[in-house]
Amino acid sequence: MSEVVKKFMYLNRKAPYGTIYAWESLEVVLIGAAFDQEVSLLFLDDGVYQLVKGQNTAGIGMKNFSPTYRTLGDYEVKNIYVDRASLEARGLSEDDLVEVAWEDWESGEEKENIVEVVDAARVTELMDEADCVFSF
Amino acid sequence: MSILHTVNKSPFERNSLDSCLKFAAEGASVLLIEDGIYAALKGSSVEGKVTDAMGSLKLFVLGPDLNARGFSEDRLIPGINVVDYAGFVDLAAESSKVQAWL
Repeated sequence: MSEVVKKFMYLNRKAPYGTIYAWESLEVVLIGAAFDQEVSLLFLDDGVYQLVKGQNTAGIGMKNFSPTYRTLGDYEVKNIYVDRASLEARGLSEDDLVEVAWEDWESGEEKENIVEVVDAARVTELMDEADCVFSF
Repeated sequence: MSILHTVNKSPFERNSLDSCLKFAAEGASVLLIEDGIYAALKGSSVEGKVTDAMGSLKLFVLGPDLNARGFSEDRLIPGINVVDYAGFVDLAAESSKVQAWL
């Protein structure tokens, strides 16, 4: 498509499973991939729990949607940002998070992991830069 | 017989845990379920208040909810016991009533 490309940011602030927000956000990201915009995801506050690896929902009778995060690189998602202070307040580190690989089919450019832990100043900057912020 | 308190909200988003810990009587049991399980994890900013509460309350966490969110027992604050659904039922049966902090 040749139209103007906008920067879409999906802001995720809720833990998975306890409420439907995390899953709904993921659904919208996947649907939004069809619009060929520049998409980034930002995980703040309890949203950082969405990216914790090793989720196993067999015991609670709910769909485990966490493997889907690892495929986001194939759905036009170029950047995934995680707020450092949110991780630290929860006793988590980057090692607890899933890794998301990314590849540009046209240029062949590859990245092993697009999950990036950032500080508060960068979060502010990212929100400023976005044309549109979708909040979940 | 004492009360079984259940907390199903994240301690970082709601004050359900704070209120529960404030009003629960000495010797009562507190079971962390759903997003409440995040309070049971080591190294978080709420670890101190949970550890303090364990001086007068018995703390439990629901295993299936812990595993669903990607955590295993080795991430828990020492002294918090993991129960399964049958254990939840046992706790409820042993208590005079169940009080939910939503």
